[in-house]
Amino acid sequence: MGTTAVKEIDKVVIKFAGDSGDGMQLTGTQFTGTSAMLGNDIATFPDYPAEIRAPQGTVAGVSGFQVHIGHAHIHTPGDTPDVLVAMNAAALKANIKDVQKGKTIILDTDNFHRKDWEKAGFDEDPLVSGILRDFHMVEAPITSLTRTALEGLGLDNKSIIRSKNMFALGMVYWMFSRPLEYTERFLDSKFANKPEIHEGNVKALKAGYHYADTIEALSSASTILPADMESGLYKNVMGNEATAWGFLAAAEKAGKELFLGSYPITPATDILHELAKHKHFGAKVFQAEDEIAGITSAIGASFAGDLAITTTSGPGLALKGEALGLAVMTELPLVVVDVQRGGPSTGLPTKTEQSDLMQALYGRNGESPVVVIAAKSPADCFSMAFRASKIALEHMTPVLLLTDGYVANGSQPWKILKTEDLEDIKPHEAEKTMQNWQPYERDVDSLARYWAYPGMAGYEHRIGGLEKDELTGNVSYVPENHQKMINTREEKVQRVANYIPELEVDGEQEGDLLVVSWGGTYGSLLTAINQCTGLDKKVGLAHFSYIKPLPRNTAEVFKKFKKILVCELNKGQFVKYLRGELPEFTYQQFNKTQGLPFRVIELTHAINQILEEK
Amino acid sequence: MSVETLEYTAKDFSSDQEVKWCPGCGDYAILKAVQRAMPMIGVKRENIVFVSGIGCSSRFPYYMNTFGFHGIHGRAPALATGVKLANPDLSVWQVTGDGDALAIGGNHFIHLIRRNVNINVMLFNNRIYGLTKGQFSPTTNLGQKTKSSPQGTIDNPFNPGELVLGANGYFFARATDTNPKGMTEIFVEAEKHQGTSIIEILQNCVIFNKDIFTDVTGKDVKLDNQLHLEHGKPMIFGSQSNKGLVLNGFKLEVVTIGENGITEDDILVHDAHEEDSTLHMMLVKLHMPAVMGIIRSVKTDSFEVRMKRQVEEVAKKSPYKSVNDLLVSGETWEIK
Repeated sequence: MGTTAVKEIDKVVIKFAGDSGDGMQLTGTQFTGTSAMLGNDIATFPDYPAEIRAPQGTVAGVSGFQVHIGHAHIHTPGDTPDVLVAMNAAALKANIKDVQKGKTIILDTDNFHRKDWEKAGFDEDPLVSGILRDFHMVEAPITSLTRTALEGLGLDNKSIIRSKNMFALGMVYWMFSRPLEYTERFLDSKFANKPEIHEGNVKALKAGYHYADTIEALSSASTILPADMESGLYKNVMGNEATAWGFLAAAEKAGKELFLGSYPITPATDILHELAKHKHFGAKVFQAEDEIAGITSAIGASFAGDLAITTTSGPGLALKGEALGLAVMTELPLVVVDVQRGGPSTGLPTKTEQSDLMQALYGRNGESPVVVIAAKSPADCFSMAFRASKIALEHMTPVLLLTDGYVANGSQPWKILKTEDLEDIKPHEAEKTMQNWQPYERDVDSLARYWAYPGMAGYEHRIGGLEKDELTGNVSYVPENHQKMINTREEKVQRVANYIPELEVDGEQEGDLLVVSWGGTYGSLLTAINQCTGLDKKVGLAHFSYIKPLPRNTAEVFKKFKKILVCELNKGQFVKYLRGELPEFTYQQFNKTQGLPFRVIELTHAINQILEEK
Repeated sequence: MSVETLEYTAKDFSSDQEVKWCPGCGDYAILKAVQRAMPMIGVKRENIVFVSGIGCSSRFPYYMNTFGFHGIHGRAPALATGVKLANPDLSVWQVTGDGDALAIGGNHFIHLIRRNVNINVMLFNNRIYGLTKGQFSPTTNLGQKTKSSPQGTIDNPFNPGELVLGANGYFFARATDTNPKGMTEIFVEAEKHQGTSIIEILQNCVIFNKDIFTDVTGKDVKLDNQLHLEHGKPMIFGSQSNKGLVLNGFKLEVVTIGENGITEDDILVHDAHEEDSTLHMMLVKLHMPAVMGIIRSVKTDSFEVRMKRQVEEVAKKSPYKSVNDLLVSGETWEIK
C-alpha cells in the first residue's frame, strides 16, 4: 500500500477493454472476485464479440468487462465507467464516448502507434489530438513495462504479451486498495503445471501494483468499504452457473434424476458446461445432435420419469417449437431455458435482448399454453430454475424460463442458499393406491394429471401428439373433446397463479406512475425509480417474474396508479401481452433494442418525461 | 433386466385399441411378429417401451399393451434415447418408416447409430409415403412415378443398410413382412444385442406401392431371390439349395454348386461378428439375391453403459456428496 492516505468512496464503475485475445474477461472477473471477497456489492457486464478472435486492433474485436462495486447497494453494472482501462487504440475508440469528462482513462501507450490508431478508426493520434484533454489520463507503456518486469524468466514473446493484463490489473488493484491474494490464489491453481508462466503472471501483477503506487496513478488510492449486506455466507455467481445449480438443487429436492438434453448455442452453453461438470450427482448431460434432439430427448426422459430440461437461445427455441407442443399435448414436466439474445435470425449472439417473449408465449402451432417465467438477476437464476422445476413437476406442464445474455453472463454476490431452506418439490405422480388410474385423470385443484412412467407395473399406457381423450388419453377426434381439452390445458396453466407469489411493488405503493418491467432489466429499473424518490410525484415499480400466468393481484396493483409505463428491451412485447390480458388499463411504453441493457439515465429521462405530461 | 422366463403370451401384448391400418397392409404381420417375440425376450411388460415418430408405422405403439409414446415426425430416435438414458433398464423399441427415419429424421437416425444407444429400431421400408397418400420417399426406386413425381423421380434412393454401416452401426438385419417366423427370430436377437439394432423390414403398402417387393417376396421367386444368412453357415440359397456367393475380386458373385468345379467349400461363410464391415456392406448392397437375416452383429459397449460407468467413476472421485457441498464450494465469504 502506498504512503498516501486512502480515500473512501461509495462506489466505482471500472471497464476493462482490449482485444478479444487480451484476457479482459479474466481481468474483470478477477477484480470482481477480489472485491466480492472484501464484501462489496457487485454487478458485472461482460461485453464481447461473437467471433473468438475478431480482427486484432479493430473496434469490432474489442472485448470489454464492466464491473460496478459498491459500499452502497448496487443493482446494475453502471451506466458509464469511472475508470476505463484501454489496452489498445481500438478499445479507446469503442469506449471513449461512454466516459464522462473528469473520469480516469488508463492507456497502454505501446499500442498507440500510427498503425494502431488508424486501424481503430481515429483520424489523428488520439494521444496528441486533444480528445483526451478533459480526462484524468494515466498513460503507461504497459506492454514494455511487462516485458522489462519479466526479463530473465525465459518466457517467449507471446507469453510475455499475454501477461500484460495482469500488469493492468495490478495497477487497478493499487488504485482501489485491493489485495492481491485472491488473484495469486487463482494463478496458483490455473498455472500449477506451468511454473514459469505462473511466475510471469504473478510478477506482472505485482509490477503493475508497484508501478501504480510509484507514479501515483491517482492522486491517492481509494477504497470501497464493504456493503451493508444481510449476514450470511456469500459467493459470487454468474447467471448461467446459478441456473445450472438451481436445477441440481431441484432434482435433489424432488428425488429425481436430472436429464439435460442440449445443443451448444451462445449465450446458453455455459449451463451445459456447468452441468457437465456435475455428473457425479447422477446428472445425465446429453449433448444432442441438434436443438430438436435436445428437447425431444428431454421429453423422452420426462416420459420415463426424470426431471428433464433443455437449454437454448432464441434460434434454438424456434427449432424446439414443435416438440414443445408435444410436451404440451402429453402434459409432461419439462423445463426449457431460453437465454435470450439479439434477434431475429442469428442476430446478435453475444448481446442481450428481451425479444423472445412472444415466441415463448405463442411460438407454436395450435393452442399451446406453457408457463412462462423469467429471472431478474444473475443470482435469481438459481431461484427461478428451481421454481421452474417445481412448477413443471407439480403441475405436469412444460415451463419456459427466460433469462438473457446480460443476466446469464453477469455476476453478483449471492447469499448461499441451503437446500434444506428451499421449498419441497412433490412431483405429481400416480400412486400405487390409485384405483383404475387413467392417464388423463386430473387433480381437482391444479388440474395436473398423474405422472406414471415405465417401470410402474399396471400403469402401462400410450400417449402422443394426437389429441387425447379427456380421461383415457386414447386418441380422440371427438369435436367436443378437443374443445374441452384445449380449455383444460389453458386452465391448468392459469391455475398455476394460485401457487406462485403475488406481485410486489418497489418504491411507492400507489400514486402517479407505475413502472412495469420483467426479466433481466430489474436492476436498472430499480435503480432508476430509486433515483425518482426525491420528486414530488409518486413512482412505483412492478417487476414481473411470472408472465404466464400473471400474478393474481396484477390488476389490483395496476389500479393504484394513474399511469403505467412498461419498459422492455424489445419493440413492446410484454406491453402487447398486457394490453390483451388486462385491456382495462392504458399502457405507455419505453423500448430499446441495441443489444445492450438499459442505462439508468435513459430510464429516468423516460420516467420524468411521462411524469411531466399532463 | 430380468432374464427369467415370464409367463406371457402374445395376447398379453395386444392393447384394447382397434388396429386401423388398411386391410392387407404388411404392418399387421409385423405387429403379430412383435407380439409373438415379446414373451420370448424375458422382460416384464412394464419395462418395455415402444416409441415412434409419424407415419402409418408410427401408430404401432397404440396397439401394444406396453408403455408407448407416439412422438413427432422424425424425432423418435431422440425420444427413445431420452427414455433409455432416463432408465437404462428398459427395453426400448422404436418403430419408424422410410420417410420418418431417412428423410425428416435422417440426422437423428445416423446419430442414434453413431452413439450406439441400446435401442431396437424396426424400420418399415415400403418405399413410399403412405399416411400423406403416395409421395415418393428416400427409398423409392429411381424413375418411379408417384403423386409427387408424376414424370418419375430423379432422386437416387438410399439403401438403409448402407446408411447404417456408414454410421458405424453394429447391428443390421433385414426381413420381409411375408416371413413372420424370420421377423420374430430377428426381433429376439435384436433385443439381445447391446447397442442400436436396426432391422429393415421390407413392407408392402397395398394402397400406394402395392407389390413393390414381389420380385423378392413372391412365392414363386422367393427361394431363388432371397439369401437367408446365418452366422457361421455358408451363404447358400435357391430352390435347389445349390446356389451360393463367392468373392470374385472385390465383388460378390452368384455361383452354382456343382457347376464349373464349384463345391460347397468354395462358398463364403457368413461372419456377422466380423468387426470390419466390408463384406457386410457388399451383402447389404447386393441386389439379387436380396440378403435377409442378421447381416451384422458386433459386440461393443453401448452408450448408456458408458454413461453409467462415467457417472459412477466421477461420483467416486467427487468431493461433493450433496448439492449443498457444491453451493458452498469455491471462494466464499462471510458477512456477520
